[in-house]
Amino acid sequence: MLGKLDWSAIPFDQPIPLVAGAVVLVAILGVLIWVVVKGHLPYLWHEWITSVDHKRIGVMYILLASVMLLRGGSDAIMMRIQQAVAYQSQGYLPPEHYNQIFSAHGTIMIFFVAMPFVIGLMNLVVPLQLGVRDVAFPTLNSVGFWLTATGALLVNLSLVIGEFARTGWLAFPPLSGLSYSPGVGVDYYAWSLQISGVGTLVAGINLVTTVLKLRTKGMNYLRMPMFCWTTLASNLLIVAAFPILTATLAMLLLDRYLGFHFFTNEAGGNVMMFMNLIWAWGHPEVYILVLPAFGIFSEVVSTFSGKALFGYRSMVLATMAICVISFMVWLHHFFTMGAGPDVNAIFGIASMIIAIPTGVKIYNWLFTMYGGRIRFATPMLWSVGFMVTFIIGGLTGVLVAVPPADFMLHNSMFLVAHFHNVIIGGVLFGAFAGFEYWFPKAFGFRLDERWGKAAFWFTFLGFYVTFMPLYIAGMLGMTRRLQHYDVAAWRPWMIVAVFGMAVLSIGVICQIVQLVVSIRNREALRDRTGDPWDGRSLEWATSSPPPVFNFAFHPDVRGEDAYWDMKIRAQQQSLEHEEPEYHDIEMPKNSPTGFVCAFFATIMGFALIWHIWWMVILGGIGAFATFVVFAWRDHDEYVIPAAEVAAIDRVNLEERRSLVSMAGAI
Amino acid sequence: MSMTAAVGRTHADPHHIGLVVEHPGPASKRIVTAYGFWVFLLSDIVMFSCFFAAYAVLSGQTADGPRGSEIFEQRNVAIETVCLLLSSFTCGMASIAADVRNRFWFYLGMAVTCVLGLIFLVIEFREFADLVARGYGPSRSAFLSSFFSLVGCHGLHVSAGVLWLLTMMAQVFAKGFRADVLRRMMCFALFWHALDIIWVGVFSVVYLLGSAV
Repeated sequence: MLGKLDWSAIPFDQPIPLVAGAVVLVAILGVLIWVVVKGHLPYLWHEWITSVDHKRIGVMYILLASVMLLRGGSDAIMMRIQQAVAYQSQGYLPPEHYNQIFSAHGTIMIFFVAMPFVIGLMNLVVPLQLGVRDVAFPTLNSVGFWLTATGALLVNLSLVIGEFARTGWLAFPPLSGLSYSPGVGVDYYAWSLQISGVGTLVAGINLVTTVLKLRTKGMNYLRMPMFCWTTLASNLLIVAAFPILTATLAMLLLDRYLGFHFFTNEAGGNVMMFMNLIWAWGHPEVYILVLPAFGIFSEVVSTFSGKALFGYRSMVLATMAICVISFMVWLHHFFTMGAGPDVNAIFGIASMIIAIPTGVKIYNWLFTMYGGRIRFATPMLWSVGFMVTFIIGGLTGVLVAVPPADFMLHNSMFLVAHFHNVIIGGVLFGAFAGFEYWFPKAFGFRLDERWGKAAFWFTFLGFYVTFMPLYIAGMLGMTRRLQHYDVAAWRPWMIVAVFGMAVLSIGVICQIVQLVVSIRNREALRDRTGDPWDGRSLEWATSSPPPVFNFAFHPDVRGEDAYWDMKIRAQQQSLEHEEPEYHDIEMPKNSPTGFVCAFFATIMGFALIWHIWWMVILGGIGAFATFVVFAWRDHDEYVIPAAEVAAIDRVNLEERRSLVSMAGAI
Repeated sequence: MSMTAAVGRTHADPHHIGLVVEHPGPASKRIVTAYGFWVFLLSDIVMFSCFFAAYAVLSGQTADGPRGSEIFEQRNVAIETVCLLLSSFTCGMASIAADVRNRFWFYLGMAVTCVLGLIFLVIEFREFADLVARGYGPSRSAFLSSFFSLVGCHGLHVSAGVLWLLTMMAQVFAKGFRADVLRRMMCFALFWHALDIIWVGVFSVVYLLGSAV
């Protein structure tokens, strides 16, 4: 009846996951009860859960990423403590638990923190920067988000029901095959990634179509803000790479469920094929994450230097070059596989070549700052911190791209330090910069600068104290994923790293405090004009938060830095105050399709993990019914009358006019 | 917006590269939908290419089991191919009928497409069932694993296509040739033709090349 599921799935003998699970459960129940008692449920349902507004969906993505960041961060803290204490002892985490933690940490941080964070920012900002009212497929956008949430839910469920994979974040066979991982851990891993992977693919298709087909008048390709370009590159990579992940995991699942022989040791299976396939997705994936971050830094550096981006066209070229070359370097993840010197040399050189467009970008940002009037607001701090940190990460990356060096450093702590160096220093700093920079746009008030700066400095310094020692430990021969060790020389570095982790955690706490303080002081921090940073691109041309339709009129773009242009022109000529003629606006209706889809996906995923076949069929029927019901709807749009558009737009226009006339007076 | 009032276009061409064609603005719904669906189809083809790659890697790994030439039946595959290619033609007829809003030809085209698709699926299912009955199921060897996955993945797509096809007929029956129904019909046609293209790949790589060894 319930497949493999019985009471032994609940880890009563392991206090840590049980207590953690209980705390989370109580917290969720508490929030739920509070929501229901306070009567917020209808609001949540109508304004958020069923919303197809790209801004709302973007915010929900970022919220999901932030919550999962805390979960993945807890895993990281536990691992650092374990390695600090497990010198010539077992530490406090038994091996099978420790293995689950590092697997969950990697999986969560990449798929459920970094991915939703950047996709959330792209969703929130790109339609605004393009001067349009929504993404290409609003309902599909909601489906994508909720499927990602389903994946996150399943991963967290594994904490208390069953177990998570013990295979590392990419589940290499034969370890992840049925003979070495007979439990449900790998199934949790694979199904949650399959489901959230579909969500990511949907988001990718949506954003590619949005950037290529929905741009306002005059928004030629070479006038798009840099963030739109990097969004395009990143989502092209999603469309081209995520199907590879889907296919690879499907093969692994066929091996596990139906006795196929793709990656088994017997009957002609080929384990190295998994390595090739998974990294053919995995390497583009790191650029999927970091390219949007590059876009964020471009926007931030240009805004806070008060200058147009230096070398805009070379930046576009560099972005698209990275987009293409990122598909030609995957083999550097397993130089030690023994493909031979020729193959290794080619991939080594390709890996070094990809550093060139990245270097171009660094110089472009530096020259953008050169001669500018730089304001060191929090987003700018994150950007400068990124440049310093990312150069170090990039250099160690070029080092491990040299095959002979890689033979020494493969799977060592040096590697761990390298990819944390680029992912924290690149993606996470970028996500935080974007968070600080666009928060006023999303919510209508700025974040507290003092706490923001404190968060930056603690995170920045904490990062160095945590990860520089790992480089050294790696040079001293320490391999990754060690549950305990006996080498005295490594110990001091592990202890330094755990202190770094503490500093880093203070940074995270500062960020939470910043959010709370800012919400409480929101009246003082209110952004009335919609342009709190003296911005340059179109998202600042509408109010904060923007009305549901974003723009009363599709803005007319005449060059790069569209909004900066408008401001200059508005100052140069006396403003005409004549009333523009407003029109009715059609907007897509809210739809519960995404939520219902995710509901059935959760049921199906859970049933598949535990081999509850009747429930799988039920979930499948539900999914198809949802599809048909959605296809059957008659009205998917509603009309906002011109009078209402006018009323909303006038308020913001007034604020803006007073700002411009003030600036003109000075 | 009043701030965007027309002024000289000095910023239109900052790098002096000559002609600048102004972007006309957001594309129409029909174009956006079709474009997005194309992008989806490309991603689907990438997924298939992984199964093709796996087949190419594993096709020699028979683990003392049968080779391709021992199990493939040219006659069945030829019938399957004819069915699919003809169904693409009838699907095209149905699309034209939808464009000119002719219900009779639309239903007829779709019905024939559906029947041809079902014949294809039945033949494929019987081929699979026969192989499994002879002990040559997907768990026999890596070659058979990759064969069943690649061909089965295409078969699953065709099955989903048949379900979609029936939904489209029901939609036209209930809603008529509305703009959104026509957009979906366009996507369905793209999907069906794409499956044909993939079948050409399967036919060549699996059956033609496989029969030679």
